[in-house]
Amino acid sequence: MEFTRRETLAVGAAAVVATALPLPALASTDDAIAAFTGGADVADGGVDLDAPEIAENGNTVPIEVGAEGAVSIMVLAAGNPTPGVATFNFGPMAGATRAKTRIRLAGTQDVVAVAKMADGSFAKTSKTVKVTIGGCGG
Amino acid sequence: MISRRDFLQVSMAASALVGASGFGNWAKLAAQQALTQDQLLEFDTFGNVSLIHITDIHAQLKPIYFREPEINIGVGDNKGKVPHITGADFRKAYGIEDGSPSAYALTYNDFSSLAQAYGKVGGLDRVATVVKAIRADRPDAILLDGGDTWHGSYTCYQTDGQDMVNVMNALKPDAMTFHWEFTLGQDRVRDILADLPFAALGQNIFDAEWDEPSEEFADYQFFERGGAKIAVIGQAFPYMPIANPGWMFPDFSFGIRDERMQEMVDEVRGQGADLVVVLSHNGFDVDKQMVSNVSGIDVVLSGHTHDAIPEPVLVGETIIVASGSNGKFVSRVDLDVRDGRMMGFRHKLIPIFSDVIEPDAEMSALIDEQRAPYEAEMAEVIGQTDSTLYRRGNFNGTWDDLICDALLSEREADIAMSPGVRWGPSLIPGDDITREDIWNVTSMTYGKAYRSEMTGEFIKVILEDVADNIFNPNPYYQQGGDMVRIGGMGYAIDISKPQGERISDMTLLSTGEAIDPARNYVVAGWASVNEGTEGPQIWDVVENHIAKQGTVTIEARDNVKVTGV
Repeated sequence: MEFTRRETLAVGAAAVVATALPLPALASTDDAIAAFTGGADVADGGVDLDAPEIAENGNTVPIEVGAEGAVSIMVLAAGNPTPGVATFNFGPMAGATRAKTRIRLAGTQDVVAVAKMADGSFAKTSKTVKVTIGGCGG
Repeated sequence: MISRRDFLQVSMAASALVGASGFGNWAKLAAQQALTQDQLLEFDTFGNVSLIHITDIHAQLKPIYFREPEINIGVGDNKGKVPHITGADFRKAYGIEDGSPSAYALTYNDFSSLAQAYGKVGGLDRVATVVKAIRADRPDAILLDGGDTWHGSYTCYQTDGQDMVNVMNALKPDAMTFHWEFTLGQDRVRDILADLPFAALGQNIFDAEWDEPSEEFADYQFFERGGAKIAVIGQAFPYMPIANPGWMFPDFSFGIRDERMQEMVDEVRGQGADLVVVLSHNGFDVDKQMVSNVSGIDVVLSGHTHDAIPEPVLVGETIIVASGSNGKFVSRVDLDVRDGRMMGFRHKLIPIFSDVIEPDAEMSALIDEQRAPYEAEMAEVIGQTDSTLYRRGNFNGTWDDLICDALLSEREADIAMSPGVRWGPSLIPGDDITREDIWNVTSMTYGKAYRSEMTGEFIKVILEDVADNIFNPNPYYQQGGDMVRIGGMGYAIDISKPQGERISDMTLLSTGEAIDPARNYVVAGWASVNEGTEGPQIWDVVENHIAKQGTVTIEARDNVKVTGV
C-alpha cells in the first residue's frame, strides 16, 4: 500500500466514504423505484443479479441482470451520488430478457435490480458489492 | 554422537496413524514405538481411486520449520469451528497428546523445544518419496497441486519461478490451480503455461476485457481411474487483483463465481463423471460456503488459508480436505467410487518430518541443481536469533515484528506496516539468520519498501478495510489473509463490530499519544499493490537491520488489544 500524497488525498477521500457499510441508500433510490413501479408492491427476489462479492475495480464493475418474463429491468447503485444506472427494456421479439454491463461504484454498497413483468407485477433483488482498497491477501 | 535421525528412532515417543483417518490414533501408540517412515506412510489402500494433494508450497524446496498459528479467529457461523481452533483446543478435538509428533506438526505450543526434538519439516525431496510410495500402492494416483507453488524463495525470485517449475515437473502432478503464480506477471505465466505438462485449471479465471471464461485455462480435466470417470474442476484464488497487484495481470479477472461452478459440476456430471473433485484456492471458509451453495461436489481439496486439518470436514455429502502449507504436509485420499457416486473414503494427512522420511535421491539432486548458482549468496549468515521467528497469527508474529522494526529504523518512520500474508517458514532460538531465511519471509515481485505520509484518519481507514477482509461474518467477503501488521503504533480491535467501528484507541507508541486523525504520520511499509512504488527492496531493509543487531531478540508484544471474540 503505497500512496503519493496526491493519491493519498484522493483515495483517502473516497475511502472515508467507504467506511460506512453499506452506503446508506439515498432517498432518490426509493424515489426511483417508486417512479418505476408507480407505487405498486414489489416482491423480494425473482430477479437474477450477478455481481461480484468484492469488486476488482470499483470504477468498472461487471454486472448482469435477467428475469424470466420481464419487459423492463431497472438497475440502481443505491450508494452512488446518482443511483440511477440503466433501465433495460425488452420487446416481445427479445431473444432473452437478460443484459450485461459495467457500472461504477463510489464505495461498498447495494446494487439493486427491479424488474417489471409482462403481467404488470414487480420484483426486486439486491446484492452488496464491496469496494475495498485491498492489498494484504495471504 | 548420535545423529538426529537415530535420536528420533531411539527415543521419540511417537507413532503412526492406524485406521481410517488422521492423527487421532497416534496418541494411543505414543511411547510404545519410534517414528518411522513406514509408519508415516502406512495406509490400508482403499477403494479404487487415490488422490494426492499438496498446496501452498511457496517455493520451499528444502526442509524448514513452520509454526502453526496461536490466534486464528473464526467469525459468524465459523466461530469456534475448524480451522479456527488452535493449541490445546485443537489437540483435544483430535485426541492429540501434548508433546507428541502430531502436537508439534499441528499446534504452536512449546514450538522451539519440540522443533529441536523432531526437526525440520517439508522438503520436496521428502515429498517425492511420499508421492512415490503412494504411487507404488496405487500407480495411477492423481497428484493435484493447489497453487502458490511458484512463489516465495530466493531461487524462485531469481529464476522467475523456473526452479519450482522444474522440480514440480519432475514430481509429475496431474493438474494445478493458481494464486501467487500470477504475481510473476501474465507474460511469464503464459510462458510457463505453454510448456506445462499437466492441466492448468481455473473455472473462475476470466478474460477481463470480455468478461468471459479465459481460454488459457481449462475449467476441468477428466481422468479415468479404477473404472471410474473423475472430473477435477479448478478454482483459482478469487481475489487476485484485490489482494495482489492487478496491474501485473491486467488481462485476467477472477471472483468466486459459484453459479458457474454449479454449471461446471452439472456439465461434468452430464458427461458421465462418477466423482467430482474441486481443486480449490478459495480458502477454507469460502470452500465451506461454496459447497453449501453448489450441489454435486464430492471432494474439495482446499488451499490458500494454509490450514492443516487431520480429518476431512464434512459439509452435506462433500468432504473438504486441507493440506497445510510450505511442503509440511501431503494428503492422501482413497475413495471408493462406484455406480456414479462416492461410496466411502479413507484419508491421511501425512506430515513430512524431514528427519524421518528419506529424501528421494533424484529429487535431491534436482533441487540442489536449481540452488547451486545461488547457494553462496543464500547461505550468507546475516545474524542470529534468540527468539522463535514465525509469521502465522491473525494480528502479529515475531517475523513481522522484526520486519516492522527494520522499517521503522531503516526508513526513519513513525509507523510501519507489513502485509498479513500467511507464508514464510519459522526459525528457532539459536538459529543463524541467513539471507535465504530473510527472503523466505519477504520474497515477492512487488517487494519495494515505500515511505509516505498518511493522516491518522487514513491509517484507520486502512485498518478498518483490512479487518473487514478477515472478520466480515460472510466468508465470501473475506480474502484469506491476516491483519496488516503494525509497528510503532498500538490499537484496539473489536472483531464483532461492522466495518468502520472495529478499530479504536490508536496510539503512537513512541510518545504514548493518541493518533490524531488530522495529523500526517510517516508510514513505511512494503508489498504495495500500486504500480510504480518506489523504495529499496524489503529484503535489503531487513538484512541491514539484522546485520546491525547481530543477535535478534523479539519479546512478545501487546500493541494490539482484541475483543469481541
